[in-house]
Parts: sequence; structure tokens; C-alpha cells
Amino acid sequence: MRVDIHGLTVRIEDRALLGDVSLTAEPGTVTGLIGPNGSGKSTLLRCVYRALRPTGGRVLIDDDEVWKLSSRVAGRRTAVVTQDHDLDNGFSVAEIVAMGRLPHKRFLERDSASDHDTVRACLARVGMEWAAGRVFAGLSGGERQRVLLARALTQRTPVLLLDEPTNHLDIGSQLELLELVRALDLTVVVAIHDLGHAVAYCDRLVLLHEGRLRAAGTPEEVLTPATVAEVFGVRSAIVPHPLTGRPHLVTAPAG
Amino acid sequence: MPRTASRSPHLISGRRYPPAVAVLAGALLLSIAVAISVGTVHVPVGQVLDVLLTNLTGGGREPDPLTQQIVWDFRTPRVLLAALAGAGLSLAGVCLQALVRNPLADPYVFGVSAGASLGAVLAMTTGVTAVAGLGVTGAAFAGSLLSLLVVFALAQHSGRLLGSSLILAGVAIAYLGNAVTGYLQLQANPSELRAVMFWLLGSVAGASWPDLAIPAVAAAVCTVVLLTRARPMNALATGDDTAAGLGVGVQRLRVLLLVASSLLTAVIVSVAGGIGFVGLVVPHAVRLLVGPDHRKVIPVSLLLGAVFLVLVDLLTRTLDRPNEIPIGIVTALLGAPFFLALLRGRKRVLR
Repeated sequence: MRVDIHGLTVRIEDRALLGDVSLTAEPGTVTGLIGPNGSGKSTLLRCVYRALRPTGGRVLIDDDEVWKLSSRVAGRRTAVVTQDHDLDNGFSVAEIVAMGRLPHKRFLERDSASDHDTVRACLARVGMEWAAGRVFAGLSGGERQRVLLARALTQRTPVLLLDEPTNHLDIGSQLELLELVRALDLTVVVAIHDLGHAVAYCDRLVLLHEGRLRAAGTPEEVLTPATVAEVFGVRSAIVPHPLTGRPHLVTAPAG
Repeated sequence: MPRTASRSPHLISGRRYPPAVAVLAGALLLSIAVAISVGTVHVPVGQVLDVLLTNLTGGGREPDPLTQQIVWDFRTPRVLLAALAGAGLSLAGVCLQALVRNPLADPYVFGVSAGASLGAVLAMTTGVTAVAGLGVTGAAFAGSLLSLLVVFALAQHSGRLLGSSLILAGVAIAYLGNAVTGYLQLQANPSELRAVMFWLLGSVAGASWPDLAIPAVAAAVCTVVLLTRARPMNALATGDDTAAGLGVGVQRLRVLLLVASSLLTAVIVSVAGGIGFVGLVVPHAVRLLVGPDHRKVIPVSLLLGAVFLVLVDLLTRTLDRPNEIPIGIVTALLGAPFFLALLRGRKRVLR
């Protein structure tokens, strides 16, 4: 399913967090949201997964406005890996992942054998089956992110949103997670801090700056040396990666 | 790495859960029967059952009038009120802890009990006609509703209720209510003061059948409604944004939890006074036993809360016979050490 965002605006008490942002994410592609801290990446995602009601503009998923769907139906279209996950509860990994079935369940409906199969399959997909009986809070940061990705997959949605999924992970876990995400055949929108990862793992990039759309297109189109210098204040170049041959962004201090 | 794919980290899970619930339900019935039987006049459990059967079904052996009066008119409503209060306050605690994701949240955190106390103490000491017309229970209920409305009005911010603002506003209103209540106590004469103290510390001593109706209906309705929201409550316990992403209408659920827990607490406080610690401790103990899944936490909290308060009420009547100890003192004496042990064990539990 396609994600279409038209003129999205979020104002909180006269402060514009997002101003008139439009973008399209196509099925089977990874769209990266990039920009400095406070540029509106998380705010934009929160409007898509209905954690924040925009003050203007529309978010369409498969031509339906998400804020006009019921919350359950919306939960069957988009899944999200957020940054705000509360750890101070004793849920096991299996329980956390099984929550992904929530939008598919009726009141008082019990977990079925197929729910358990889905949970197991999605944990296997991220290589975390062994942890099913563990307490979620006891896992390492990288393991937790993989479990949250498994939960999002358990929702069986066509659209997957990720809010800075590689934050606080060591480099091995970062690359593992991004490889996993890239291999999914979904409409993926990912807010991402690291420009190198953005270039290497996203098909298209959307650059936000101070709540406004600065540029959108392929990584090469968006991250020109002039734009990077203007928005991030550093020098940069996109070069072939010496090990993989894929495009790679290198940076150096300004001046 | 141990490969424990189907294991659960919770003490009671899977196949052990249904028998555990059955045992708790049995324990509740047993403790109710024992609590009715024990007292200044001992009534054997067999005779208690006879009286209950006669009154409920019309059959069975006719009891003598004195036993009928002791068992049916005095002890049964009292014990049932203790059970209802324990169940209701525990359920309210479950709601609030899911809502504000704060382990210290208890049913009184929004100033409900302070408002109820103020209303009740006003009715008992001043006899202000407007308040006195309501009676102690009515005045307590009015006070708790009023304090809730003030707290919600203070904590709402452009239509959204924020957990931290709720707690801060609740604490402030509680101090305010307690200050006025304290002043009224100083003005009260000694006989009023004793009644006031007893009420403030919670008591089910004066319970009669009509007292039970409203708390029973409130507890039943809230239980049914909350059981249908158990999955969304699980999601909410892991974060507002996470819950939204899982297809939960977060604002609506938060309002539902607030309304349910506030009404439950107000209804119970107004008939049984400020019984502390039950709503705080029971949900924590239950999560230690069955894990944090609300599909289990809700029914087990109801049962455990009821058993706990029935037994505590029994203690208040028997420890210092023929005097009675206010129930809130015993819940705190038992609850505080348990809670401290819980705090120390917390890190271990989370691993």
C-alpha cells in the first residue's frame, strides 16, 4: 500500500513542528526521513501511526485517510517500532510480540494457534526465537529492537514505520537491523539519524529541516554537497563503498 | 543461551493458571464463611451455611432469630463489603497503574480519598445542613467526585489528560483536603473525633445490606468493561505511542480507565472510608504471581483483593477483642513491609 502525505502541518501552541510537508512512499521501497534533531521526523511518523493528530493536511494509506479509519483498522495497515517503549513492566518477549495481534482480535477473543505460529515465525525472522521465554527488559538494546521489529511484523501490516531504530545500538546490531528491514517487501518509512545508513539502505530520502521539506528524491539527488553543507554544516561526498560497492556518504568538518 | 522457546518467566502461567484461579476462588468462599463464623459470638460454619441457604433459597433449616440476626443482618453484609472493597480497590489500582505507568499509583493518588474524607468529616462534625442532608456516605461521595473534577480540570491541557499533571494535581488537592479535615478534627468534640478517626482509617463495621448495592454494581460493570479492554491495557502499559501504533485509541482508553477507577474508588470510599494500601499492593503482588498480562491481572486482582480484605477485617475484629482496630491500620501494617520487600526485589524481578 502507498503512503501519501499531503500538506501535513502540526502546530502546538503557535510553534510549528511541521509545516506543509508532502511526500509519497511506494510499496516495496524504503523511504528514509532525514534531518537534524528537531526537524520533525518523529512528529511526521507520529501523525501516520495516530499518536499525534495533525493540525492540517492529510495522511492517506491506500487512498484512505488514516485519521478517519477506526484505530483497529489503522493498526492493521501500519505497524511501528517507536522510541518510547516502557521497560518498567515484566512482559516476556513472547507476550510483547503477541501484542502485535491486537488489531486483529475482537473483544475477549483468545490467542489462537495461528497467533502463536505468527509470533514464532516473526521471532524466527529476526533471529530471536531463543528469547521467547525471557523477560523483555532483560535483553540488550539490540535484542530489544529486534523483538520490537518482530512485534511490528506480527501485525501483518503492509506499511512499516521505524523511528530511529538504530539509536543506542552497537554498529553490528545497527547493520543487522537495517539489513533485516531492507529485505522486507513492505512500504517502509524510517526516520534515521545516520546519513551514511540513509544512503546505504534507503531507496528514497526525504530531508526535513526546521519542520519543512527541504528536498526529496534518491540519496544522490537529496544529499548533494551543497545541501548537506547548508542543513548539517559539514562537507560531504557520495563515493562507492570500498567493501560493498554501494553508494556511501563520507563527511568532514566544514572549512 | 538456554533455548526456552515456550517457557514463561512468570511464576504462574500456562497450564498452572486455571487451577490457581480455582484455588483463589475457593479461598475466597472459605475465608468469607470463616469470617462470618468468627466473632464475639461464635457461630459454627455449618450453621452459617444454614442461615445463608435459608435466606438465599428459602429452603434449609430455619435458624433461631438471634443467629439469623448475627449472621444475616450484621456479619454477612460486613464481610461482603470487605470483599467488595478489596476487589474494587484492587481493580482501581490496576487501572491507574496501567494508566500512569507509575508503580506508586494507587486509587487515592487523584485526591479521591481526601475529598471523600472532607465530605464525611463535614457531615459528622459540623452538621452543615446541606451536607448533613446527604448523610455521611452521600457527603463522602459528593466530596470525592468534587475533588476528582477539580483534579481533572487542573490536569487537562487542551483536551488531553497528562499522567504527571494528574498526579501533581491529585497530591495538591489531597493536601488541601487533608488540611481542612485536620482543622475540623481539632474543632470536633471527643466523641465525634473517635467516629471521625475510625472513618478516616477505614471501616466496614457498620455495613448493612443497602450499603452493598452501589459498590457491587460498580465493581461488576467495571470488571466486565475492563476485561474487554485487557489487551489494549497491556499495550498501554508499554507506552502511549506504542499503544497507538498497535491500533489502540489511546485517548479514549485513558478516559475510560480514569472514569472506571475514579468511580470505583469514590463508591467504595464513601461506604468504607479510606482503606489504604490495598489498591497499591494487590496489583503488584498479582503481577509478581501471574505476570503483567491484564487478562490475568484483572480477575486475579479481584479475587486476591477480596480474600485479603476479608482476612484483614477478620484480624481487626479478633486481634484486640472486644475492641476493633480500624481496617486501614492493619492493611498498612501488613502492606508496608510487603511493599518494601517488593521494592527491594524489583530489579531481580525485571530480569
